[in-house]
Amino acid sequence: MTTALELSRRHFLAGSAAMGGLSLGFHVPFAGEAAAQGAAPEINAWVVVKPDDTVVVRIARSEMGQGTLTGLAQLVAEELECDWSKVTTEYPTPGQNVARNRVWGSFSTGGSRGIRESQDYVRKGGAAARMMLIQAAANQWGVPASECTAAKSVISHAASGRTVTFGQVAAAAAKLEPPKDVTLKDPKDWKIAGKPLKRLDTADKLTGKQVYGMDLKLPGMLNAAIKDCPVFGGKVKSFDAAKIQSMPGVRKVVPVGDSAVAVVADTWWQAKTALDALPIVWDEGPNAKVSSETIAEMLKAGLDSNDAVFVGNAVGDARAAIATAARTVEAIYSYPFQNHACMEVMNATALYTPERCEVWTPTQNGEAALAAASEASGLPISKCDVHKIHLGGGFGRRGAVHDWVRQVVAIAKEMPGTPVKLIWSREEDMLHGRYHPVTQCRLVGALDASGNLTGLHMRISGQSIVAGIFPQNLQNGRDTVVFQGLNPTGPEAAIGYTIPNLLIDHAMRNTHVPPGFWRGVNLNHNAIYLECFMDELAHAAGQDPLAFRRKLMAHHPKHLAVLNAVAEGIGWGSPAPAGVYRGLAQTMGFGSYVAGAAEVSVSDDGKLKIHRIVAATDPGHAVNPDQIAAQVEGSFVYGLSACLYGECTVKDGRIEQENFDTYNVLRMDEMPKVETIILPSGGFWGGVGEPTIAVAAPAVLNAIFAATGKRIRSLPLKHHDLRRA
Amino acid sequence: MATLNVNGKVVEVSADESTPLLWVIREHVGLTGTKYGCGVAQCGACTVHIDGQAVRSCAVPLSAVTPEQKIVTIEGLSPDGSHPVQKAWLALDVPQCGFCQPGMIMAAAALLSQKPRPSDEDINAEMTNICRCGTYNRVRAAIKLAAEGGEARRG
Repeated sequence: MTTALELSRRHFLAGSAAMGGLSLGFHVPFAGEAAAQGAAPEINAWVVVKPDDTVVVRIARSEMGQGTLTGLAQLVAEELECDWSKVTTEYPTPGQNVARNRVWGSFSTGGSRGIRESQDYVRKGGAAARMMLIQAAANQWGVPASECTAAKSVISHAASGRTVTFGQVAAAAAKLEPPKDVTLKDPKDWKIAGKPLKRLDTADKLTGKQVYGMDLKLPGMLNAAIKDCPVFGGKVKSFDAAKIQSMPGVRKVVPVGDSAVAVVADTWWQAKTALDALPIVWDEGPNAKVSSETIAEMLKAGLDSNDAVFVGNAVGDARAAIATAARTVEAIYSYPFQNHACMEVMNATALYTPERCEVWTPTQNGEAALAAASEASGLPISKCDVHKIHLGGGFGRRGAVHDWVRQVVAIAKEMPGTPVKLIWSREEDMLHGRYHPVTQCRLVGALDASGNLTGLHMRISGQSIVAGIFPQNLQNGRDTVVFQGLNPTGPEAAIGYTIPNLLIDHAMRNTHVPPGFWRGVNLNHNAIYLECFMDELAHAAGQDPLAFRRKLMAHHPKHLAVLNAVAEGIGWGSPAPAGVYRGLAQTMGFGSYVAGAAEVSVSDDGKLKIHRIVAATDPGHAVNPDQIAAQVEGSFVYGLSACLYGECTVKDGRIEQENFDTYNVLRMDEMPKVETIILPSGGFWGGVGEPTIAVAAPAVLNAIFAATGKRIRSLPLKHHDLRRA
Repeated sequence: MATLNVNGKVVEVSADESTPLLWVIREHVGLTGTKYGCGVAQCGACTVHIDGQAVRSCAVPLSAVTPEQKIVTIEGLSPDGSHPVQKAWLALDVPQCGFCQPGMIMAAAALLSQKPRPSDEDINAEMTNICRCGTYNRVRAAIKLAAEGGEARRG
């Protein structure tokens, strides 16, 4: 069963030898080590048990900090009944997955899907391996498997008192047919899953040992720096390579596609220094005059247009309800472009020969990276592979689009047999993101004489990520992801209110600035728009924002449960400390129900302090509560960074912010206390990496209104004077 | 050719004197635990110690470092991850993606060597490193845990 893995490794090594100069002595994080070394039997695709009882759990999804690696290993180990202290992990390569008929399923690590989408088959993988190990022991003893049990990597036959370890029967187990029927444990019986176990990937992150993509070293490797046309859609007109050819370390100046130039040098610093000195003339193309102002005008026009409008949720007749309402409330909100700003900039290393192309890169989707390598190299997928490396942050930037992989392969193709590592500068990373989509939103609410919400029209105008990245996934032109958190029903992202007349529609207005999936995606702005406007409606109706929401949530018990939890946690209804004010928000996204409640104060000179946020999340099942808490806290840093500072502006067709000095993010001094409440109600599997990010900003903005009477409808907050009017 | 003292070893490096210490450490000395994050001394991922002080090595040219100055990188903070800050980080499972953590740990170790019992304000003032995963609260808790250990004066 290890054939494909062994073949793949031999393939690479043989290819390496043929290129000359590459030895086996270098340290590269190869996937498939355990199986490839021959001594360790693969019980099935998910589980390898070594003779010393070490358990290697194969992880198809990527670890980018979110803890999925540990969580998935917990799920496999739970069913395997192995000793958790003996568990290690490895990434199979996407090439191995393709060669083995996609035995590991999807490699995609986005949309908070890492665990929820694969939990069923990885648990079955663990359970099947356990059954095979038990069967092997039973065969050895000549007793029925039903009389044997497994616990902590030891199989026991109670009647005879015999025991054997997993490692001792692994070779025999690997030869057995996998079981046809596999029964999974009831989560209430979990001993490893569901527990706040320590992460498996911490130790090397404390000593500098962890090799990130940027740190990779291959013998004979050269380094590349790149500049793509700063105006999206522009091209290289000309460059004068002769001017830098004699600079220290420079090996080659390479045009990449029709829009970029790379310099390859002995070291990256030499490559960057030479690139900075390289005269490049850009053909800035048709977008050279686009600015934030022209984009805002286009979006504003979409608020009233009937052109390219798609309906996401319609109940009753919202327009009629508004026309006949005792009172209407109207507001326009907006949300800017934002860069993912992963701490580790985009990078990849490629080794190309006419026969084979290998890429090492941090990626959220190994198979998509493989497809990019294949396309860029012109070689079939069977002659390419991608070696995944833990990511220095992903947040959606490293999943759907592998522009940097295409670039590095294009560069390596110019230098067959020489490994080339491409590292973007932070400036390149800021100028060539896949940005949080820009949108505006007009909300009109209808209140009756008693202050009940009888109708709501929510018009979103702006970018579609799906149109920008996967246009083939549009449904009759409609981007369904636009309506995250606003869908009528469904297990993914349903609205939590019953409003008798409701219309939520989207005027698709795409820009030349490429959009991307940005942690939280459309839920970020949708939750701000809806939850801040709910606050506006409650105040207009003269009602408490919690009570106003509750009246609309009777048919949404899971949404209501998390909202009630944070209300209780923050002490809603009881007096806040002097000068401290509170705000609430709730939403549903990525399969989970989430709510947040914030306490803030605003000083006389307008300085905001966020004291604490109470967060509640119902992800159905909680695989590692400590890592869920880490994700909730982390998502708030991401969401509050966006709320306070996050904005990429456009001038002359290009992004203006090139580094953290102009693209500030939240730091330690502004970090609030976070109290995480986990309410797993069972019966479904939701994600935890993203959903809570969406409630941070609206909870804080609603608290700011409570503190100042100022309603913030455009982000980031840095543009607003928060002094009380 | 320049002479540096890195993690207690004298190393000769052949790099242009304008090369940032960060890239000398990564590409000439060959120690990649020190990270590039911004290149403009904003994020702190490149933090090392020079004579015990936390320094953002991306903003220090090679020409500004003398052979006598003792440079310590994350690889040299302890031989085996046993520095009190590293132990506290392990105890609280601080890192997420981990990319900023060498810089965080070096900044925290320098803080504790100068202020063994830092207040929240001390921590806010000295720990200005950027973490995009959002580990700030665990970083704070781990610094306090290391301080309680009372043996943070090393490094």
